[in-house]
Amino acid sequence: MADKTLTRMDLAEAVHKEVGLSRNDSADLVESVLRHISDALVRGETVKISSFGTFSVREKAARVGRNPKTGEEVPIHPRRVLTFRSSHLMKDRVAAGNKG
Amino acid sequence: MIRSELIQKIADENPHLYQRDVDRIVSTILDEITDAMANGNRVELRGFGAFSVKKRDPRVGRNPRTGEAVTVEEKHVPFFKTGKLLRDRLNGK
Repeated sequence: MADKTLTRMDLAEAVHKEVGLSRNDSADLVESVLRHISDALVRGETVKISSFGTFSVREKAARVGRNPKTGEEVPIHPRRVLTFRSSHLMKDRVAAGNKG
Repeated sequence: MIRSELIQKIADENPHLYQRDVDRIVSTILDEITDAMANGNRVELRGFGAFSVKKRDPRVGRNPRTGEAVTVEEKHVPFFKTGKLLRDRLNGK
C-alpha cells in the first residue's frame, strides 16, 4: 500500500494537467463540485454519480445511548446521516489495485 | 441529483467553458479519487469527507443456495467518512 493522503490540491492539480486550466480556476472547480454535491444532500436529495457511487441521506430515529465511560444514559436525538455506496466499477478497481 | 445534472449546474456557473470541458473536469476529479484508492491512498476533503480503503479479512462464507462452505479471499473495499462540516449542515447546524 502506498499510504499517501491526497487533498483538494491534488485534485486541482489533476484538472490543471488534464484540462489545462490555471491552478486557481482548477481549484475553484474542485470546490464547485464538492459544494453542489453537499448542497443537494443538505436539501435531502440522493446524489447518484454513475461509475463513481451514490451518496444518500438516511434519517436515524431517536434512541437512548450510553456514555461508555460512566454508563450513564444519554438521549440521542433523531439525526440525518450520510452514506456512500460505491459503484461496481469503483469496487472492482479498488479491489484489483490493492490485491496481493 | 445525477451526474449530468451536476455537470449542468457547473456549466451554468461557468459560461466561458464548453459543456464537454466541464464533463472532462468532473470526470478527472472523480477518476483521481478512484485512482488514489486503487493505489491504496486516501483522499481527505476537509469539510466534505474522506475516501479511504478498508481491508476485509478472508473468511469462510456460505453459498446461500446450497449451504456449501466457500472461502472468501481477503479484499479491499472503498470507504467514505462524512466530514464534520457536512454532517453538521445535514442536521441544520
